[in-house]
Amino acid sequence: MGDADATLAPRKKTVSAIGDRVFHGVTATSALIVLALIGGIAAALVVGAWPALTKFGPAFVTSMDWNPVTDEYGAAVAIFGTLASSALAMVIAVPVSFGIALFVTELAPVWMRQPISTAVELLAAIPSIIYGMWGLFVFAPFLSTYVQPWLSSALGDWPVVGYLFSGPPIGIGIFTAGMVLAIMIIPFITAVMRDTFEVVPGVLKESSYALGATTWEVARSVILPYTKTGVIGGIMLGLGRALGETMAVTFVIGNAHSIPGGLFYPGNSIAATLANEFTEATGEIYTSALIALGLVLFVITLIVLILARLLLLRLSAQEGQ
Amino acid sequence: MRIDFKNTLIAAAAVLSFTTSAGAAVDKISGAGATFPYPVYSKWAQAYNEKTGVQMNYQAIGSGGGIKQIKAKTVDFGASDAPLKKEELDQAGLMQFPMVMGGVVPVVRIAGVDAGQLKLDGKTMGAIYAGKITNWNDPAIKKMNPDLDLPDQQITVVHRSDGSGTTWIFTSYLSKTSDVWANGPGHAKAVAWPTGVGGKGNQGVASYVDRIKNSIGYVEYAYALQNDMTYVSLKNKDGNVVEPTSANFQAAAANADWDNAPGFYEVLTDQPGADSWPITGASFILMYKDAKNPQAAQAALKFFDWAYANGDDMADQLDYVPMPENVVKLVQDKWHEQIKGKNGQAIWPVNK
Repeated sequence: MGDADATLAPRKKTVSAIGDRVFHGVTATSALIVLALIGGIAAALVVGAWPALTKFGPAFVTSMDWNPVTDEYGAAVAIFGTLASSALAMVIAVPVSFGIALFVTELAPVWMRQPISTAVELLAAIPSIIYGMWGLFVFAPFLSTYVQPWLSSALGDWPVVGYLFSGPPIGIGIFTAGMVLAIMIIPFITAVMRDTFEVVPGVLKESSYALGATTWEVARSVILPYTKTGVIGGIMLGLGRALGETMAVTFVIGNAHSIPGGLFYPGNSIAATLANEFTEATGEIYTSALIALGLVLFVITLIVLILARLLLLRLSAQEGQ
Repeated sequence: MRIDFKNTLIAAAAVLSFTTSAGAAVDKISGAGATFPYPVYSKWAQAYNEKTGVQMNYQAIGSGGGIKQIKAKTVDFGASDAPLKKEELDQAGLMQFPMVMGGVVPVVRIAGVDAGQLKLDGKTMGAIYAGKITNWNDPAIKKMNPDLDLPDQQITVVHRSDGSGTTWIFTSYLSKTSDVWANGPGHAKAVAWPTGVGGKGNQGVASYVDRIKNSIGYVEYAYALQNDMTYVSLKNKDGNVVEPTSANFQAAAANADWDNAPGFYEVLTDQPGADSWPITGASFILMYKDAKNPQAAQAALKFFDWAYANGDDMADQLDYVPMPENVVKLVQDKWHEQIKGKNGQAIWPVNK
């Protein structure tokens, strides 16, 4: 924190009131603490992961081994499971959230808006372990008895899609993890989308309706362009949560260290591996490999954030064209 | 006000003199480690606390964590389901002894198969867990169960997803009895499972087996019993097919050769004996030979002594197997020989 203190004294001559200066100092410190924390976490992860990173090199990211007996570790399976379950969650959650937000702000009768909004927010307040238990005890048996056999028989013969919906219908696996994650992130994405949709000036929408636009045309050509920053922000918030979600995924993903042959096969995610194995990890390389997994998750989240920024930059560059 | 103050002072003095006259100022023992013996340790601790006022705090953070904590000297004792090798003990200056035993039980969910009906041996079990046998009507399984109507269904293997003493005991059994397993995944608290689904904790495995049709898993005996699960009978080293019962765990334990096990490094899987259940294991306590705090070490030993002498019924109730008397005597001899306080004096008296 030494550098932080050094930057605290602002050299502005105009600041006269002592209260202002103190306030500036306090807020600046708070902001710098965040930077220091991020730096500290990154440094701690790199230091902890160093033995594993030097032993396995870049192959750590591509290797599918995870063998505590021979002390051979690779992150590929966990990375795949994390990305696959999160991607599935996004595919389901984004359209549903968009629908809810649009319905609540544009279509629903006024008396219905508040109850639906509150219900969605309540979903966000449920602890993730509850989602995990519900997923394991209620949702997984339901999927394995009704949904998975039906999907397999209906879509199993299609090319590509059939491959996705293959695997033993045991209700535990990437598919279930993605579904549970989708339910968990819908409230986050919905809440942000609804708030941004609400700030679209009425005059813009009314002009479009006056020109004969349908509700869908208004949503696509007026609301979405006006709120794209907020919408993308909401989606990224959901994605960030999906990538790092631990307990709920651990319950239903199956915790198997193999690249699944289809969505119904069990897999593993980075966060679930950490939750499962950290307490009993003996030996320097084992612990270090787990910390290296944490570092990989950190980097993935960073990449997602950077991509989101780039997307926003491109969108604002295209504005007015 | 004045009188109140005076009374408080007298009371405080009385308490102080009582504790000093009692000799040991230690009224708290702390330990950490294995989750498997946690229920029985906490039950013992509660009974011991009611009787003596000494508090035993046990944190069930896992065997690996227990070993780490005792090495970091943050607790008076560590606990592990997997014994440490003699060399590792010597290197750290630790001694270990068995505290309580239990059995690991394979459980299945197959329509029409009741508890104890399905018979397997280590070789078949190893092949199932290695993914070599994938169907319940495989000839190898049929051969052992000619009178069972086993379905033409794929086997779903369920294993532990977390590192665990239960897995250590189970893979020890598989490594001893199955070449396929010994030359493949091997023996550890966590291994590279070739196939199957991983459940977190005994509860996770139990609920997966309960939910997935045609599945097989392994859990601590207590979980199989409490959840009324369909356990499997196993062929033991003597070639007898045995069921998992406390008596059969004890039979396996009695056959174990504790006298000649350096540092009590004894693995109880695949033991000889007509009734021995082949997947039996002990849970171990780890303590420093050179006690940093002799009073705390002594208090801990007193607790263990009390548990050996008075804890058998409580262990039975919770489906654990208490240590046989001859082993307890052996353990207490080692306490006397190995655990030293200040000036190298033994902190545990010679056994009568």
